[in-house]
Amino acid sequence: MDSATLLGLAGVLAAAAPVLFAVIGETITERAGVINLSVNGTILLSAMGGFAVAVNTGSLLLGFLAGALIGALVALVIAFSSITLQQSQVAVGFVLALVCRDLSYFLGNPYMGASGPRLPSAPIPLLGDLPLIGPLFFRQDLLTYLSYVLIFAAWAYIFKTRPGLMLQGIGERPAAAFARGADVNRLRYLYTVIGGAIIGIAGPAYSLSVKAGWKGTISGLDGIGWIALSITIFGGWNPLRAAFGAYLFALLQWLGLVLQPSLPGIPSQVLQVAPFPLMILTLLLVNIGNAEWVERALARLPENTRHALARLLRSLRAAPPAALGVPFEQE
Amino acid sequence: MNVELRDIHKIFAAVHANNGINLKIPAGVIQGILGENGAGKSTLMKILSGFYQPSQGQILLDDKPVIIRSPADATRQGVGMLHQDPLDFPSMRVIDNFLIGHPGELIPDRGQAAAQLEAIQQKLGFSLRPEAHVDTLTVGERQQLEILRLLWLGVRVLILDEPTTGISALQKEKLFAALRLLAQEGKTIIFVSHKLEDVEVLCHKVAVLRQGRLIGEMLPPFNITRLVEMMFEKVITLGNRRSCCRGEISFRLNALELEDARLHIPGVSLEVQGGEVIGLAGMEGSGQALFLRACAGLVRAVGGHISINEHDLTGKPYHTYLEHGIAYLPAARLEEGLAPGMTLTEHFLLAGEARGFNIDWEQGRKVAQERIADFNIRGTPASPIEALSGGNQQRALLALLKHPLNLILLEHPTRGLDIESSIYIWDKLKERCAEGAVILFISSDLEELLQYSDRLLVFFSGEVSSPLDAERTTVEHLGQFIGGKGWAA
Repeated sequence: MDSATLLGLAGVLAAAAPVLFAVIGETITERAGVINLSVNGTILLSAMGGFAVAVNTGSLLLGFLAGALIGALVALVIAFSSITLQQSQVAVGFVLALVCRDLSYFLGNPYMGASGPRLPSAPIPLLGDLPLIGPLFFRQDLLTYLSYVLIFAAWAYIFKTRPGLMLQGIGERPAAAFARGADVNRLRYLYTVIGGAIIGIAGPAYSLSVKAGWKGTISGLDGIGWIALSITIFGGWNPLRAAFGAYLFALLQWLGLVLQPSLPGIPSQVLQVAPFPLMILTLLLVNIGNAEWVERALARLPENTRHALARLLRSLRAAPPAALGVPFEQE
Repeated sequence: MNVELRDIHKIFAAVHANNGINLKIPAGVIQGILGENGAGKSTLMKILSGFYQPSQGQILLDDKPVIIRSPADATRQGVGMLHQDPLDFPSMRVIDNFLIGHPGELIPDRGQAAAQLEAIQQKLGFSLRPEAHVDTLTVGERQQLEILRLLWLGVRVLILDEPTTGISALQKEKLFAALRLLAQEGKTIIFVSHKLEDVEVLCHKVAVLRQGRLIGEMLPPFNITRLVEMMFEKVITLGNRRSCCRGEISFRLNALELEDARLHIPGVSLEVQGGEVIGLAGMEGSGQALFLRACAGLVRAVGGHISINEHDLTGKPYHTYLEHGIAYLPAARLEEGLAPGMTLTEHFLLAGEARGFNIDWEQGRKVAQERIADFNIRGTPASPIEALSGGNQQRALLALLKHPLNLILLEHPTRGLDIESSIYIWDKLKERCAEGAVILFISSDLEELLQYSDRLLVFFSGEVSSPLDAERTTVEHLGQFIGGKGWAA
């Protein structure tokens, strides 16, 4: 692999980091049974807010904390209206997505094109010197490392710990979780706000690192949040699969850029848009085990092959948390 | 653990659901709680298991007054409840279900938990795979999992709400054996049911509830007639078997071959006379549901022919089946049969003949009023369908059926209904038979199968028996046949 490609791929990992934060924050929220549809607005508002704080204080850390705080506050509005007031999560989330976006453009005007701090690259001493793996994974900035950790931490928490099991439980069947001692609505508040804070980090991850600065409507961030929402769904509410989706998306976007010069016959718009349908196609393939005709086709195969295939498909299969978007009322 | 309920009252807005109930249940006893739908059994059990607070009254566990604040609090104090629809997490694995809510360190030791699951289930004669997904289990197995989990949590009083609804005869045997064993160990078992025959074979003591009051208690040997009288305030008999067979063949299956992802039904040939009732027996998932859906035209047969009154329906769309007077009533009433959120009037309007573009509400209400009176539905034309009780929903479904019909296909027509409602439903169905309709129905209730069928087909993992004469078949024989005994190799 030549060094340009390697550098490009390393760039893919870095570019995927903000999407990862958004996707994993949303995954945690939805696992608890709450849909935070405001992701797109949250990312823009926290990108602007985080940047503004970093510019004014000169502190990157405060910038990121401001982003997380904005995300948590937006999530709190969703939690309050959907859990306490029992209003539609979709309606409230959608409106918040629009309001936060416009708010970020309006409030961000003074910071348009301002120069601010940027998260420096921080190669890890020994690991960074490894051939191939070093430049790919370990010569990134702190945030990208954090995104690696976040994937595995979220996965381990949801699937390997007791509170994580209960988190699955409150999103799956709150009545059963309640019977087993969970304070369903309190936990939903907690996970919605935590998930929102993680989504909120995605904003400064752009404005202080991946696409440093704030350029208002031409920041190129509008739309990322919607992609993050769909990756959450196709990722089957599993951080590992969601990470796969986020990396795939970043890779396809990069390929669009790289291939453009070598494919002059194809209009550049096609290559720019191609990642989106390709993304859908790949993820449909991953979820193919859900379809009934597949099950029927499998029935004709010999016993052994069928069992192995069925198990593989079953492991790929994903269903939304059964109580997603459904308020819980105690009897 | 000794359980004592003292003067328990529970008042919901307008309903006095429990009215001064006093009951003592010593440790080691299997206590039956009998009563028709709406008698207050579930309310009483939900009070004991912490879902409701009593409006008045006291609960004593081992002679100490206690307050049970929540279901989790009940489990901590040693009282666990198995709900009719097990409160578990269908999409998750057995072992995860077992672990959720069990106190312990941050990262649970799955290996150890699986070993403990194995230890308890070996004692009780269950065999669940820890790695299986709960949605692949039968209702009976899901009950077993809940029982294991509650025992693991240290429960000493086990409440079971209608546990024999929807499970096979074989699983019922297993369940009863396990309950007897637990009682011998000194656990208190509370068995809530409206099925007399279950209470009769299992319980050491029975209490009967009616309209929120405790009517009385009885010790074995149980006088069934007296129990029925206590439940309903009057004597109810099942009535004589009657057959409406007309002689001429109306419904014909010729080497019908079916297949889905799991099952293959090799070839069923059957000739049914007008007015005849055919019961489909078998453990859940043995092929009877697939068979019924194929008769309804919802599943396409792989081979063979279906015909009704000499019209060949093979491979025709569902619509054609409807035109030929075939009706299908699925087990999931609210999900597949009715439209939750819509009123009775709207249901009758939807099911009626469509005339014109505008809705004739006046006419609709009139029809609804008539049918409500005809079918003795407890509700008004404006009642949303989901607000009706199970029995009334089933009556509404029957009231929605068109006239005349040639073939009625039913899945568990009386599941979850009390005896009075069941008898009513069957009276209405027999009226249809008298008009010449053929009935095919699935049931897991052996008594029902034998009482109302003319002939029986038994299903066992895709195999179909030749038709049995219901009058000459006994419950024991049928039970064994369903369990796979007595089949020619």
